[in-house]
Amino acid sequence: MKIAVASGKGGTGKTTVATSLAASLGRRAQILDCDVEEPNCHILMSPEIESSEAITLSTPLVDMSKCNLCGKCGEVCNFSAILTIGKTTLTFPEMCHGCGGCMLLCPEKAISETPRELGVVETGSFEDVEFVQGRIRIGEAMAPPLIKAVKNRLNPNKIAILDAPPGASCPVINTVKGSDFVIMVTEPTPFGLHDLRIAVEAIEPLGIPMGVVLNRSDIGDHEVQTYCGEARLPLMLQIPFDRQIAEGYSRGKMLIQTNPDYVEKFIGLFEDVSRFVRKRSETKQEPQS
Amino acid sequence: MKIAITSSGKSLDSPMDPRFGRAPYIIIANDAGELLEVIDNAANVNAMRGAGIQAAKSLADRGVSVLLTGHCGPNAFTALQSAGIKVGSDQSGVVKDALEKYRNGGVNFANGPNAEAHW
Repeated sequence: MKIAVASGKGGTGKTTVATSLAASLGRRAQILDCDVEEPNCHILMSPEIESSEAITLSTPLVDMSKCNLCGKCGEVCNFSAILTIGKTTLTFPEMCHGCGGCMLLCPEKAISETPRELGVVETGSFEDVEFVQGRIRIGEAMAPPLIKAVKNRLNPNKIAILDAPPGASCPVINTVKGSDFVIMVTEPTPFGLHDLRIAVEAIEPLGIPMGVVLNRSDIGDHEVQTYCGEARLPLMLQIPFDRQIAEGYSRGKMLIQTNPDYVEKFIGLFEDVSRFVRKRSETKQEPQS
Repeated sequence: MKIAITSSGKSLDSPMDPRFGRAPYIIIANDAGELLEVIDNAANVNAMRGAGIQAAKSLADRGVSVLLTGHCGPNAFTALQSAGIKVGSDQSGVVKDALEKYRNGGVNFANGPNAEAHW
């Protein structure tokens, strides 16, 4: 089972939900922090990091003594990372997405690979929970290949909780892709609603079922609830605006550490998600039988 | 000899566009000041990244020798340099006036980019 936690708006409580959900499930869970630009799960969990691996992307290196200036490499590149111009073939490694097309197409075999460091993937544990996080190199613009490297460490025997970055662009899509369910964390404000709508619209084409966790649920207005009803998004858990939770968070403590009564609620959330996923796979199989 | 000028419109009387890679049009003229070709740069205007690199490529393909523009970033400059295209940056005003200024020897060529790379 793979459950992604996303939001649209930043600061709604994705990491709060992801860490407490994983910690509530204990040894059954693995948490993967896919917010590689600003991974925060480690702050709340203080995991023991056991290994760290540098992740690189293969970018082209041209041997000009072999290049016949045919320009095929530049034609196949969608990102202007390689270009035959004048009497030379230039590379712009920071533009490269690492597809390898230019190397495959070069008739003179003049292009070899040179690595560009994207960041690191670290693995370890918090108590019984397996912990994985990606950390992008400062200055690196391309998060998706690093997110894929984080997801390569996904343990199929565990309940994987993937903490997504905020927003609704490539890093979010790369995180949630392949998940069985997406928990959308939001707050009942016009900002929370606005960004939730965008994220739902972005994720919907992937066909992954979604549900909503409403954080700071007793502030703001009722528009998010109304929207959830209209969009048929189940409202799965409400976390009220609580001084004790906020104080714990401000000291880097997980929600279930300051409020242990939430363990049951998060286990309940997981059971609701599993039921939803099971029901869906049953109805999906029906037409075939 | 061909001279390229980044332009907001399709004629020699159009105001220049200060951007190189994302100018709507690039006007090609000869050294007699006559219009030879108008490149519709729409594809690069909407490119996610690499607009300057692709614009440099289209000038190189046409055998342009001189570019008159406002801003030129590092990747575009590298590409233009490799193609042997001289860059007169920080130019502004109407296309035909910039062309005239160049023909009278009033344009100094840049040794490097004068804009940041775009992200």
